Amino acid sequence: MVIIGAGECGTRAAFALREAGYDGTVTLVGAEAHLPYERPPLSKESMVDPEAPSIKAIADAARLAEHHIDLLGSTSATSIDRANCSIRLTNGSDLDYDKLLIATGSLPRKLPLQGLGLRCLDLRTFDDALAIRAHLHAGSHIAVVGGGFIGLELAASARNLGALVTVIEAQPRILMRGVPAEIAQVVHEAHDAEGVDIICGDGIASIEDDGASVHITLSSGQVVAADLAIIGIGALPVTALAETSGLALNNGIAVDARLRTSDPHIFAAGDCCSFPLAIYGDRRVRLESWRSAQEHGVLAARNMLGAEEAHAAVPWFWSDQYGLTLQIAGLPDEGELTVRRDLDDGAFILFHLKNDGRLVAASGIGPGNAVARDIRLAEMLIGKSARPDAVALASPSTKLKSLLAA
Amino acid sequence: MSDWVEACAADDIDEEDVMRFDHAGRTFAIYRSPQDEFFATDGLCTHEQIHLSQGLVMGDIIECPKHNGRFNYKTGAARGAPVCVSLKTYPVKVDAGKVFVQLG
Repeated sequence: MVIIGAGECGTRAAFALREAGYDGTVTLVGAEAHLPYERPPLSKESMVDPEAPSIKAIADAARLAEHHIDLLGSTSATSIDRANCSIRLTNGSDLDYDKLLIATGSLPRKLPLQGLGLRCLDLRTFDDALAIRAHLHAGSHIAVVGGGFIGLELAASARNLGALVTVIEAQPRILMRGVPAEIAQVVHEAHDAEGVDIICGDGIASIEDDGASVHITLSSGQVVAADLAIIGIGALPVTALAETSGLALNNGIAVDARLRTSDPHIFAAGDCCSFPLAIYGDRRVRLESWRSAQEHGVLAARNMLGAEEAHAAVPWFWSDQYGLTLQIAGLPDEGELTVRRDLDDGAFILFHLKNDGRLVAASGIGPGNAVARDIRLAEMLIGKSARPDAVALASPSTKLKSLLAA
Repeated sequence: MSDWVEACAADDIDEEDVMRFDHAGRTFAIYRSPQDEFFATDGLCTHEQIHLSQGLVMGDIIECPKHNGRFNYKTGAARGAPVCVSLKTYPVKVDAGKVFVQLG
């Protein structure tokens, strides 16, 4: 079994092959020099911890060895020979497979501008995080292009370190994609209160680096000068290998509910693939989510061994900014009605329902983990296609667990 | 072995639920199982030091509210990614409606 991509998804898949009892060769091909590591801390703890950051390894060398997982670090695949079930590696060697998993993830979307210098950085890897961190200190001015999760988490981290921060978002509000306006508003107000300047509804006309700072000219003509520009305008699936080997694509590598590509010997999982989501009538989605990457990795591994299991998980996502945590289960844009439940300390949850009463998503925000338990229970209700009573949902005194049992 | 410490009243915890208990600078989680038995573990997840008491109890399992790491709270055993280090458990007894924990 060969897995291309040693991120969250590929690494979990490698272990899942062993957990399912597979005792043949497992080779994990990773482009980075590091051991497989968790990416969520990169925009958060890795930026603000006073000590020099280190990777948070998913598995150390001893654990990989114990499970007989061969990690080929600093190595990528350059082509797939589907007829002979073999991949070519950047070190020139070939690797045969019985089943292949592509878990190449996604990479930051680039601004369509020329001449971006060393003061324009984006974040995907630990090394990217170190490069950004070197610029974050009290008094430095950081411009964040893109008011999505990565941009806002980095803005919060930079602010925690005392940097002056300007966020520039082309859309009319931050977190347009996937986050309800009421929740985005809470995030916006938190950044306001911390002194971050958020500019919405203004695009980027040009970015110039004069050797000392970057000058970002907005569509409106306003100029933002900064010591560093962080670009966080979304991510694109890494599909070059699939493309050159003729696998079907559709907003990433197209896979079926079992995560199989158009080639029955090749699976794809995580950020790089789009798949049909059963709970929404097989709506095809591509998710960029830590937990989804894990679930995909485990499911792909089982199906590589012939399990024939269909994806059944509900999407789930979280973000931490300042002391706030936001969690979303399901895709809120599926909802037609919203019911709000207010919890203690300003925390609240929005339940997103279809007109027929079916719960399709829940999104919440609050201090610490205030919304976690209810979001988790909502996720289970969503998975059951439950039609919970709207009055009960709105009432904090009704335990969601009791609705689950109903 | 230290003495038994009173943690809470039995009625403070619903069946199949958990509550936080802090004592002498340490934090613990006290559980009441669906079978109406009581258990205690260290209070923080072994993955990222999150209070488990805000997590969800399902049968024998406590799930971390942050990243869904799972443990069997009766044995402390780690039960799934991202956690691979088990929780320490502590003996519990109920006496006259009060829950006592023996903290090692």
